[in-house]
Amino acid sequence: MRFEPVIGLEVHAQLKTKTKIFCSCSTKFGAPPNKNTCPVCTGMPGVLPVLNKQAVSFAIRCALATNCAIAHESRFDRKNYFYPDLPKGYQISQYAMPIAEHGHLDIESENGNRTTIGITRIHMEEDAGKLIHDAARSKTMVDLNRTGVPLVEIVSEPDIRSPKEAGAYLRKLHSIVQYIDVCDGNMEEGSFRCDANISLRPVGEKKFGTRTELKNLNSFRHVEKALQYEIERQAYILEDGKKIVQETRLWDPAKSRTISMRSKEEAHDYRYFPEPDLVPLIVDDQWIAKEKENLPELPEKRKARFIADYKIPSYDAEVLTSTRELADYFETASKNIKNKKQVSHWVMGPVLGLLKAKSTDIKNSPVSPEMLAELITLIENRTITAGAAKTVFEEMISSDKNPVTIVKEKGLEQVKDNTELENIINQVIEANPNELEAYKKGKTKLFSFFMGQIMKKTRGKADPAAVTELLKTKL
Amino acid sequence: MDLHELTIHQAEALLKKREISSKELVKALLERIDTFDDTIGAYLTIDEKGALKQAEDADKRLADLTPDAYAADDAPPLLGIPIALKDLLCTKGLKTTCASKILENFVPQYDSFAVSKLKKAGAVILGKTNMDEFAMGSSTENSGFKLTRNPWNPDHIPGGSSGGSAASIAACMATGSLGSDTGGSIRQPASHCGVVGLKPTYGRVSRFGLVSYASSLDQIGPITRDVKDAALMMNVISGHDEMDSTSADIDVPDFTSGLSMFEKNGLKGMKAGIPKEFLSVKGLDPDVEKAFMNSKKILENLGVEIIEVSLPHTEYTIAAYYVIAPSEASSNLARFDGVKYGFRDKTCDNLIDMYKKTKSKGFGNEVQRRIIIGTYALSAGYYDAYYGRASKVRSLIMDDFKNAFKQCDIIISPVAPTPAFKIGEHIDDPLTMYLSDIFTLSANMAGIPGISIPCGLSSKGLPIGLQMMADRFDELSLIRAGYGFEQNVNLSMRFPDLKNLG
Repeated sequence: MRFEPVIGLEVHAQLKTKTKIFCSCSTKFGAPPNKNTCPVCTGMPGVLPVLNKQAVSFAIRCALATNCAIAHESRFDRKNYFYPDLPKGYQISQYAMPIAEHGHLDIESENGNRTTIGITRIHMEEDAGKLIHDAARSKTMVDLNRTGVPLVEIVSEPDIRSPKEAGAYLRKLHSIVQYIDVCDGNMEEGSFRCDANISLRPVGEKKFGTRTELKNLNSFRHVEKALQYEIERQAYILEDGKKIVQETRLWDPAKSRTISMRSKEEAHDYRYFPEPDLVPLIVDDQWIAKEKENLPELPEKRKARFIADYKIPSYDAEVLTSTRELADYFETASKNIKNKKQVSHWVMGPVLGLLKAKSTDIKNSPVSPEMLAELITLIENRTITAGAAKTVFEEMISSDKNPVTIVKEKGLEQVKDNTELENIINQVIEANPNELEAYKKGKTKLFSFFMGQIMKKTRGKADPAAVTELLKTKL
Repeated sequence: MDLHELTIHQAEALLKKREISSKELVKALLERIDTFDDTIGAYLTIDEKGALKQAEDADKRLADLTPDAYAADDAPPLLGIPIALKDLLCTKGLKTTCASKILENFVPQYDSFAVSKLKKAGAVILGKTNMDEFAMGSSTENSGFKLTRNPWNPDHIPGGSSGGSAASIAACMATGSLGSDTGGSIRQPASHCGVVGLKPTYGRVSRFGLVSYASSLDQIGPITRDVKDAALMMNVISGHDEMDSTSADIDVPDFTSGLSMFEKNGLKGMKAGIPKEFLSVKGLDPDVEKAFMNSKKILENLGVEIIEVSLPHTEYTIAAYYVIAPSEASSNLARFDGVKYGFRDKTCDNLIDMYKKTKSKGFGNEVQRRIIIGTYALSAGYYDAYYGRASKVRSLIMDDFKNAFKQCDIIISPVAPTPAFKIGEHIDDPLTMYLSDIFTLSANMAGIPGISIPCGLSSKGLPIGLQMMADRFDELSLIRAGYGFEQNVNLSMRFPDLKNLG
């Protein structure tokens, strides 16, 4: 029997507010344990939460960027459960009345087709703390720095049909939350986390099968791998005529498999009820309009604009708009350059290669977009050849000097004077009488030998087209 | 007059005239506490050192104040006045136990909003008063530490949950006090102890730093010797607080203007409603009924028009309250888990065991009972039938009052169906205890203000209180009518006779 996977994703994105969602503690990552805490976020007796407006603004932006309808009145609820990293014994979250619902994202699937993935809801909530298991002392320590950091949970409809699609949806969402500047997207620090729900059903069947929930998916690759594993696991069970157990399963990246964490019977009863310490959250049209103004151009639109305005290939536009910073870099660099393809070639090739080699990102690129533009201008006005440009680029990285200086210091200007070129060509021909004879006898392959010798002598400064032409007449 | 018997406004006048010092006043009260509190048990913590220090500071400030400042009324309103605080109010650096073993040694790093307002107003904090554990009870018998006895008769309960605060005022062991009221916890002990207790409108006083029992019902208010004192304390503790999202951003009147309104216009033109549903309450003590009828007559003589009103959903009030309050409590008390502060059972060997043992040993029976009720009521599959329905009832109760206040300015009723019962009388009968809250619960459910004013003594010499309720944020009507009533009720005794105690 052939099965079709049905996948829904729950993404937790940390909102990059300066302070926590219900108190004024810092949200900065990496502080010493329990440094960023106060009576409110540590759940001391008698303290009360006060909602951070910036967090609401960010949630509104998320909703706008994912085509959601924003609720004019939403509400916070308490999600009750006991765990040492949850100091109040409940998490303040939005359950019955979330801030946004009924959104969607368009993604490009493997075969290039566009698919629409529905977004069920976006709700706001506070993050929990962290337990640190100290093996040396056989004690568990609690770090509450993360407690109360604002999150949005973005829940997709079960519209995803393959691990690849799941990856595409996640990458898109990941890029969007960074574009709109509400989440730093750092997956290693847990700023962008994902859980997946997956079930199988026979192809053609409308009813959903029993699902499992997958946790501990720390990268896009792990999401895809875990889903692929789970598809196979569930398929074996179903083919055997057995039933899927509804449960939560943990992805074990070391062993590349999922393992059972808790069954439906062991699931918590969260005893949700309206948070009586907070008043209903009212978002009026004015607030929404203000956030709309704050919204930058989203990746999809930007990609289309790059293709249309800059005449660069779709693939280039896709790569260049994958993050807001990279797209900004490209636009800054190409501002005064006519041939935008030349810029996209340099950004996607040498610049991205350099970032990878130095394992850094575009924000910290050793070559600024202005410097790159200067370099490309030198090529465009034929001051240097493409070959010399590579040398200049290398030198830019190691010396921190600007391209014009490097070209001057190293004497890399393109040789444009034809008499100088002719002299060099004559010298090369004279120095190689045997090759000249062979060439004349019909060994035309030797043309490239002469080219190489000439380019070597001009140290790449000569325009190859001009050399070719001159050499042809000489030979 | 003895110093310990002074009201706030009497003490204030004497302090300003420098006829007494704050230190003398505090010393007189500490002596009084020393003599009688072993028997009464109003206090859990007496901050003798701190109080004397604060009194000295207050005396210095009083000495520095120019006569002009007095005249301009610029002096901090409660400068040098000794106040007792219910032990549910967080006090920076001073133990706050909520009368629970689970917080036996808890010392907050912050003052509750109301306490910091009092301190700013110059008040001297005498200590922390006994209560039902986490404010759950009507007799103060549920304290995790000790009993509080009724100063009028030590065999009887002082009421609750703010029993210690009410007893401290009745036994003249504090000049003023704060309590909290979730279902009658200010008004009922005030009634049982023969003092004045005012529960403000929900949102009038910030709850920041008040350890939550039921967040949507809790409200802080004064327990004092007379209505004027209540108005003076209300002036200090009221107002919007950014730290409490549920505190109302609404103008605060000068509550003492309610007194001048009476002085100027009496009570003529006021209408008082008596809910017909309240009259059919079973188990109303004949002495209470008599005192209530007498109170009605006093108000009529003052020109108040008495009318009958209807609160049709009264019969559902107790049931709805005892779903909503325990539900919120079950969540509010989750944080006392032995992880971060307070009591932790050390005999456990895993996390779940620690939670279970800590909570079972740290919480008393009534607290555990309400946590269990609330946890059940919020459980999957039961929410709609319990919490959901109770919330609907609550809206209906609010509507009932809204309609009633279209016809009248205040609603009057007894505070409790009986005078204070004997210690131990109902301890094994929680249901009877719950039912005795019938007259007070609805004000919390509707979020409206209510006041309890002494209106008589029972045949056995126990105080009886009259309850007045008004529309949201109309405490002024309560103060005006309450003050008028207080001026005209003839009580045979103002203070209990403690001669044989101590």
